Amino acid sequence: MRFAMAVDTRKCVGCSDCVVACQTENDVPIGYCRDWIVEVNDGTYPQLEMEIRSERCNHCTNSPCVRCCPTGASHYSDGGIVLVTPHKCIGCGACIASCPYDARYPHPKGYVDKCTFCLHRVKEGLPPACVAVCPTKCLTFGDTDDPRSEISLLLKKRKFKRLIPEAGTNPNLYFLI
Amino acid sequence: MNRRNFIRISSLGAGGALLGSFGAARGTSLLDKLTGKGEEGNSRLRPTPTYCEICFWKCAGWVYKNDRGEIWKIIGNEKDPHCNGRLCPRGTGGVGMYYDTDRLKTPLIRTGPRGNQVFRRASWDEAFEFIAKKLDFISKKYGPETVALITHGSGGRLLTTLMKAYGSDAVAGPSYAQCKGPREVGFELTFGSGLESPEPTDIRDTRCLVLIGSHLGENMHNSQVQEMADAIGHGATLITVDPRFSTAAGKSKYWLPIKPATDIALLLAWMNVIITNEWYDKEFIEKYAAGFDKLKEHVAPFTPEWAYGITTIDPNVIRETAREMAQASPSVLIHPGRHVTWYGDDTQRARAVAILNALLGSWGRRGGFYLPESQEIPEYPHPPFPPVKKSWQDSLGGRYPFADQPLANAIIDGSLPGNPGDFQYRGWIVNGSNLIMTMPDTRKTLRAIQELELLVVIDTMPMEITGWADVVLPECTYLERYDVLRNDHHREPVIALRMPAAEPKYDSKPGWWIARELAHKMGYSEYFAWKNIEEFLDYKLKRMDSSLEEMKKIGVKKYERTSGDLFFSAENPPAFETPSGKIELYSDQLAMAGFDPMPRYTPHPEPPEGFYRLNYGRTPAHTFSRTSNNPNLSAIMAENTIWVHPTVAANWQLKEGQSVWLKNQDGAVTEVPARIRITERIRWDSVYIVHGFGHTGKQLSRAFRKGVSDSAMITNVMIDPVMGGTGMRGNFVTFVTENPEKEVKA
Repeated sequence: MRFAMAVDTRKCVGCSDCVVACQTENDVPIGYCRDWIVEVNDGTYPQLEMEIRSERCNHCTNSPCVRCCPTGASHYSDGGIVLVTPHKCIGCGACIASCPYDARYPHPKGYVDKCTFCLHRVKEGLPPACVAVCPTKCLTFGDTDDPRSEISLLLKKRKFKRLIPEAGTNPNLYFLI
Repeated sequence: MNRRNFIRISSLGAGGALLGSFGAARGTSLLDKLTGKGEEGNSRLRPTPTYCEICFWKCAGWVYKNDRGEIWKIIGNEKDPHCNGRLCPRGTGGVGMYYDTDRLKTPLIRTGPRGNQVFRRASWDEAFEFIAKKLDFISKKYGPETVALITHGSGGRLLTTLMKAYGSDAVAGPSYAQCKGPREVGFELTFGSGLESPEPTDIRDTRCLVLIGSHLGENMHNSQVQEMADAIGHGATLITVDPRFSTAAGKSKYWLPIKPATDIALLLAWMNVIITNEWYDKEFIEKYAAGFDKLKEHVAPFTPEWAYGITTIDPNVIRETAREMAQASPSVLIHPGRHVTWYGDDTQRARAVAILNALLGSWGRRGGFYLPESQEIPEYPHPPFPPVKKSWQDSLGGRYPFADQPLANAIIDGSLPGNPGDFQYRGWIVNGSNLIMTMPDTRKTLRAIQELELLVVIDTMPMEITGWADVVLPECTYLERYDVLRNDHHREPVIALRMPAAEPKYDSKPGWWIARELAHKMGYSEYFAWKNIEEFLDYKLKRMDSSLEEMKKIGVKKYERTSGDLFFSAENPPAFETPSGKIELYSDQLAMAGFDPMPRYTPHPEPPEGFYRLNYGRTPAHTFSRTSNNPNLSAIMAENTIWVHPTVAANWQLKEGQSVWLKNQDGAVTEVPARIRITERIRWDSVYIVHGFGHTGKQLSRAFRKGVSDSAMITNVMIDPVMGGTGMRGNFVTFVTENPEKEVKA
């Protein structure tokens, strides 16, 4: 089982609903976020292109954050989801420095926090909060090890890219283009 | 108050669970569950139904509480066609409105000069006594028609009952003459019916969606944005006409970067191409439209080459996009837009949009406009209202003959001495509408306020308008109150219930309670004869094959259609409530009133040297100025920026992020500076700012002095002579990089 997420950049309007829903669902302190929006513009007026991406932790198969964590707080969990155990975290920030996607932030309570793919919801049979709320349905969550899953079918059908492949992290966030 | 603390505790709880056994979650059974069959409800408490009040889309949802019984999150109601279970960022962030500690907390009565913001705390009874006495005085001295209610949102419905009991029909929403009014009138004149809200656009099934200055996706008109994404998913062609590279433009096959204020020329050229090539829906037009020959003759000179010189859009692109529309016809939608008060000829532009839709046969057709239906809601019995001696129309002095709703701007104008109409307004009750930032020309609004005998403001937040009130009444948020049933039209009739998820915080009260208590005080109890709000709602619901008990469980109820098919069909043939009974391509009604019977392009003034056209719009996480202080939403976007093209930035030596003030053509300077955003997404002849920022009320701790207010820059208001809408896109601004005080004196 390999949990992953596909983000359809053709549909995403960058409304930040994923960010707000994550904040309320996961009690992320106001002023911090576990997911965010990136807008990339290219060209000069009026020959322009824009890509909008909803981004979060890539739950990399080869995660530098897990490798560099001195206490084992950062670890792989069910389906490859990368988690932080708050009480094991000493807040050293090595994982923040090692993450090429800047997906982690220091929680004011003293530990490092990040996206969990809403594992607490997944265990209840619910999609992550960001996926459930997205008005454009641009987010698809599922198991890429299952060839019949919606996400696997989507990745077969559509062109996609992953971010910063040169970092060798083998990320599990797919951006449909 | 301690929301952050509380949330952290809850978070640790969830974190603890993550450390537990995954046994139950392992294997494919978990994946099977990921089909969305799981139920929201990590909380053990049953959620309460609501419909959102953060914007006019009013999406229905469920309010969840956490283990401590405090409001935690709001999730869309899956049965609701306004949201399909997915609220937008504002609806999701609605919790912030409840937890905002800057909220109005107690009734206030003014003790200092108006606008000095010196108030004393008052009891509700004192406040009602004060208002009742003053209203009685105004009624006797000037007549009840001189009191107006200016309202936005659900709370206004029962205040309207109060106004009718008092003897005034002047109930205005800025949502009309500052927003969608010209569109309503334009479509009414053409098809015999307006569009109302939500617009009956069948975006879901369209093959070609044309957006003209409508930035869907930046305005989160929820179900429309959802359907636009669906349309993108199934390969519909998007054509976006916008001088700014909007989000929608970024997703479009064709982006037409039109020169501002020239849209009618483009629309006429499209008509020309479609008629010249005989690409229009001949059968539809022959059977159901009147005035085609006149239209054909009218648009003959308006070739794409003619339009090129005006719009700067390549004639080939005009032809190609016209062909795309024709190929999709009748599953094509020239979106009517919503905020359409731009240049003062807006009813005519709306007519052009309506006529183009008619030519393409999209009215009443799948992928075009569907035929909406709403549920009739029975009245709670009350005696007939007293006759209105003078109507809001009498205050207009014969202007704006096609205005079919009161105009908030005409109420402001009509409150100043020398109003050409029959009377001058003497009192305002303002509900949920921050007129200081909602209405163009802030200075004029303030002048009008100084003339009033009474200004009552009902709001949840200490918006700028509250600072000018004689009495401020703190309404509780939508999460703490019942309201009237939502019954907007849709593909199927549907109603939604809002009920309190929590007790009102502080000394705030629900709008229905405020209206009823004030009615009691003024001797209008017979119009509010219900025992309590539950009984009021249950009375209606019992007569609609439901009950309050049922609605508390389901939140949203759909009804079968009774008006026939969703689209025109053999069983449901087209009918148009126009004087001719047909689609009026040529409007006798307009001709007889002395207006152009068919839309005509008129050039609008262009920015003087060194000035740039001020364009403004929306951002997904905010609703005008009402959400800028919301803790959750201000965290997403705390201030607006001034978008400028790189060449403009170079000319002015502006740096990214530099703070500047704006000054307009009339010398008005923004009170607060905003940061520059240098971007290719905007033309070199315009600047763009998101509406709703630049608050000057210091009680709004998060929004105070964040960004600039476009309302203060809109001093040139071009009134639509057809219906009185306020055209607001004819203002030109320049940059003030230092010492704005000097500029103000000059």
